[in-house]
Amino acid sequence: METKTLFDKIWDAHVVKEVEGGPSVLYIDQHLIHEVTSPVAFLGLEKRGAKVLRPEKTVATPDHNVPTINQHLSIKDELSRNQVEMLKKNCATHGIVYHGLGSEGHGVVHIIGPEMGITQPGMTIVCGDSHTSTHGAFGAIAFGIGTSEVEMVLASQCIMQPKPRKMLIAVNGKLNKGVTAKDIALYVIAQISTSGGTGHFIEFAGSAIESLTMEGRMTLCNMSIECGARGGMIAPDQTTFDYVKGRQFAPKGEDWVKKLAYWKTLKSDADAVFDTVYEFDAANIEPMITFGTNPGMGIGISQNVPDSNKLTGSDKLTYEKSLKYMGYTEGDKMVGKKIDYVFVGSCTNGRIEDFRSFTAFVKGKKKANNVTAWIVPGSRAVEKQIIAEGLVEILNAAGFELRQPGCSACLAMNDDKIPEGKYSVSTSNRNFEGRQGPGARTLLASPLTAAAAAVTGKITDPREFL
Amino acid sequence: MAYDKFTTLTSPAVPLPIENVDTDQIIPARFLKAVERKGFGDNLFRDWRYDKSNQPIADFPLNQAKYSGKILVGGKNFGSGSSREHAAWAIYDYGFRVVVSSFFADIFQGNALNNGILPVVVSPEFLEKIFMAIEADQNTLFEVDLENQKFTICGTGESVGFSINPYKKHCLTNGLDDIDYLISMKEEIAAFEK
Ligand code: SF4
Repeated sequence: METKTLFDKIWDAHVVKEVEGGPSVLYIDQHLIHEVTSPVAFLGLEKRGAKVLRPEKTVATPDHNVPTINQHLSIKDELSRNQVEMLKKNCATHGIVYHGLGSEGHGVVHIIGPEMGITQPGMTIVCGDSHTSTHGAFGAIAFGIGTSEVEMVLASQCIMQPKPRKMLIAVNGKLNKGVTAKDIALYVIAQISTSGGTGHFIEFAGSAIESLTMEGRMTLCNMSIECGARGGMIAPDQTTFDYVKGRQFAPKGEDWVKKLAYWKTLKSDADAVFDTVYEFDAANIEPMITFGTNPGMGIGISQNVPDSNKLTGSDKLTYEKSLKYMGYTEGDKMVGKKIDYVFVGSCTNGRIEDFRSFTAFVKGKKKANNVTAWIVPGSRAVEKQIIAEGLVEILNAAGFELRQPGCSACLAMNDDKIPEGKYSVSTSNRNFEGRQGPGARTLLASPLTAAAAAVTGKITDPREFL
Repeated sequence: MAYDKFTTLTSPAVPLPIENVDTDQIIPARFLKAVERKGFGDNLFRDWRYDKSNQPIADFPLNQAKYSGKILVGGKNFGSGSSREHAAWAIYDYGFRVVVSSFFADIFQGNALNNGILPVVVSPEFLEKIFMAIEADQNTLFEVDLENQKFTICGTGESVGFSINPYKKHCLTNGLDDIDYLISMKEEIAAFEK
């Protein structure tokens, strides 16, 4: 019998048709939309005189453009407000559920899906946003699409996709103290580069991966796109089932029993064949931080900025350009470098566990005077949980304030921008030039490493305090 | 979204010998606030093209009058980062119809094809040759022949083949898009849902 990977099993169950010499027509179980990549898709639909085929399979929330303070007031920036209002209007016209600003269901699109139990094993999930890969943590095929494809899904609940190649990334062994899912992600990207996963869909496996919580798995799958892959996924197990069970849109009663039995079959066959395989030892991973302008430019926090001796031609030029932007020099020690901002949040690290980890670290300490910190929950539900667990008091006592949910400083589209030339230790996923604001310098790290930087005012190895 | 049919193109090229050109550089996030598909070309490579006071940065290739044409040649791993289709719209709106690189990020490649832009993948060696040809003579012409899947440096006559999915080729040559096709599949989709 033909052996299959986890990816094959879900993919094959969703192919409506194979097009001669072309991509497959793939059925989409769940579609998520936000304000930035959907307006032109709705416009296109209207121009064609087409309707949304299955409005109940699309869920909407505005996240990229929203302010993270005073959300009860109307959005100041006119263009932002217009985009958000357009989303609301389009949803009303087409009968799509809309979780507006300030409502119970509001949040970053990749945070609310799992939270509400919309994200489930075995599904195909797409969104006009590359970090849709987050949902792969549940053993789903989830990936980002462009606006034309958003229009395709709205019109037909399908998209046209060539089947990607399959990659297995196994991380085995026990994680070192102070090492989180974010560090695994940054480590893997540094090892295989930002293009190492191109053309592939990744399955993460191995004992270190299995030991992660759902929050950690989401962080890892979220960043799978940063190595160029279409997405990442992890086979569902008891951790997954326990997380999904009882959530608002999770299957109930008999339906749960039936679905659970199916979900338990969702794993790669023992002898399944992958196109590319990588194996890493968890023992080699230390807390990571980036020093350059792409997520592959990450190193263990105790290391120095690598030199460019081995690089030639345009590789070398690109590397030098990147260091110049960051204001760093080859051989620099990362630890001890002064920082200006700390951002905790985003669809990478904006879940409750991330705030628990940050708060536990800063408890009884004080925010450094030279640091401006933005602590931004990924959703209303996370915000409420932070308050319910009494974390706000601890944060306030240490000199931190909690903001309201949104993408915030992850991308320079709303009011939370890092000023030019400033250094920002950020728990988000991209450190491209200008990502957090024109001229802003981003250092990607885990919430734990961000906490260490926030209280010392400089890049600090969090293990010193553990 | 309808776009012009693509068959062959002969044009000089604009060089951008930078690697990992990500979508935040192609079109920074702050320009994604439009609700229509218009005017993105003005903000293509905005932060590389203009300084803080909106003055053109002289040495950026798009600002150098000596470079022109409908072909953009980029370093490897072009289009990495976000899924924003605005990146493809900006490139198309600016006037490019072909982007050449030794490596494209997946989502960008798909977005380009969906918007009438042909991504041409060549070997790293050939890419260097293209850059060198432009450096030697910025007016040098290149021919992109989609029908025969051939890219030629006209000056030297050197050419290479490139690959493209046959379905996508059909779409590009006829100016068709996937959405029309999917809408026509309504019954098959309904049958699948059962
Ligand atoms: S948090 Fe950042 S990466 Fe995530 S959806 Fe928002 S902008 Fe994109």
